[in-house]
Amino acid sequence: MPPAGDVSGASWPRRLPPQVKIVAAVATILVIVLTPPRPPWVFLGYALILAAVVQSSGVGWRTVFSRMRVEVPFVAFAVLLPFIATGPEVTLGPLELSEPGLWAAWNILIKATLGIVVSILLAATTEAPDLVVGLQRLHVPDILVQILAAMVRYVSVVTGEWQRMSRARAARGFHGHGPRSWPVLARSLGTLFIRSYERGERVHLAMLSRGYTGRLPAAGTAAATSADWSVALVLPLTVLAVAALSWWVAR
Amino acid sequence: MTAVEVRDLTYAYPDGTVALQGVDLAVADGERVAVLGPNGAGKTTLMLHLNGLIEAQSGWVAVNGRRVGPATVAAVRHEVGLVFQDPDDQLFMPTVRADVAFGPMNAGLPESEVAARVAAALDLVGMTDVADRAPHHLSLGQRRRVAIATVLAMDPAVLVLDEPSSNLDPAARREVADTLLQLGRSTIMVTHDLSYALQLCPRAVILSEGRIVADGPTRELLADAALLAEHRLELPYGFDPALTDRVGFGANRPAPDESADQQRRQ
Ligand SMILES: Nc1ncnc2c1ncn2[C@@H]1O[C@H](COP(=O)(O)OP(=O)(O)O)[C@@H](O)[C@H]1O
Ligand SMILES: [Mg+2]
Repeated sequence: MPPAGDVSGASWPRRLPPQVKIVAAVATILVIVLTPPRPPWVFLGYALILAAVVQSSGVGWRTVFSRMRVEVPFVAFAVLLPFIATGPEVTLGPLELSEPGLWAAWNILIKATLGIVVSILLAATTEAPDLVVGLQRLHVPDILVQILAAMVRYVSVVTGEWQRMSRARAARGFHGHGPRSWPVLARSLGTLFIRSYERGERVHLAMLSRGYTGRLPAAGTAAATSADWSVALVLPLTVLAVAALSWWVAR
Repeated sequence: MTAVEVRDLTYAYPDGTVALQGVDLAVADGERVAVLGPNGAGKTTLMLHLNGLIEAQSGWVAVNGRRVGPATVAAVRHEVGLVFQDPDDQLFMPTVRADVAFGPMNAGLPESEVAARVAAALDLVGMTDVADRAPHHLSLGQRRRVAIATVLAMDPAVLVLDEPSSNLDPAARREVADTLLQLGRSTIMVTHDLSYALQLCPRAVILSEGRIVADGPTRELLADAALLAEHRLELPYGFDPALTDRVGFGANRPAPDESADQQRRQ
């Protein structure tokens, strides 16, 4: 069962306790989201800061770019906005585009992109069970933590089952292309649901039999020191400084 | 002292399937007992009771003299270590080390003690080298030994294993056997692998259709061809339990092929 993030080696963000990273990531995303879309150069500042973090984190640009594919639905939505929004129009070649629509699209695109990069950084440097432990340490309500812990258990179970089933299909000459494969894929999905549910139950039993009481033990993650906090908070504080600067310049 | 005692245990699954119908079993401290039986006999169901994962519908289970019930179940889970048939059910953490640490951490042990337990357990099963690898990248034999380590790290008084030899190649099968033989604690081994039972457990019981139908020295049970046939148990082709006497089967010694090897070398 694969872990949620690939964690190998130990660069500086990987060594930080999970709760510190969660706070830093959430704070950074908050600042980004709350920044007004104008002036646009602030976001260039944010992007440069994040690029520096990616570069030094050992996560690798390829990982970051390949995981950014989750952003595609946002992009599709944002591209539509200049066409459907109303208000003053600008002419761009043959196109008549709504100016507020363009700004709204820019707003969504840039914030989604930067926010996703921050999330990717967190996910790629923190193992899923550690994320859960981090949330526990931050006193997130138990019920939420338990739901997440269950997801940690099931996500790897489901992906593992799906891999096994795909392999079994492929081994008997099945190609998953075109509408003709859809009935097979649909039935596989049904089977996947039942199989994963049952395996998840067995995994849960095995956890209970090792004394699991609903809280994941904090495996190998020491409590955060003030040094950890000061390292992790550099990111949100720098981003905040850039935001303050832009506000001061635009005043 | 009795490590595990089961009295008149019955259990039916919610869909009405009767899995156990009056099981009686007592296992002494330090004893190794094989629970033999065909598929569907109720072996796994019985095993889940020993750890309080299933609550007895009637009858009871006691571990070290303490009845298993809602009040004692937490303590019992630290005394009885269950190794599941499929290691993929047991291993779910991203690394072997984290997985082996899971039980001791649930017990609330301090971190240094957890680390020591993990190291000792991995050493016992010979899996120290893979401590930092992901369980799903290991071979089945390795995963099974890691699964055993996850339980050993909790230092249980009783070890319960479900089909520990299933799907293993002969070398992996022997390595798991070597591991189990050197542990020297009360062990209940559920299996339909009769030669494995003979090698590892001096005593065996036969569970059939939810009842214990035979209980005695493993060698004697296996010599009773009529009894085995009646309960859908079969010895491997060409296997004669009487011939295994000379090479130390069933005794608390390393696997026979190894001791023979050593004698030859000396
Ligand atoms: N979750 C379940 N729901 C319904 N019936 C079950 C369930 N698990 C096992 N059984 C049934 O209970 C009986 C005993 O099963 P089990 O204890 O798994 O046998 P064994 O491990 O000896 O092969 C079988 O008839 C089996 O079909
Ligand atoms: Mg079974």
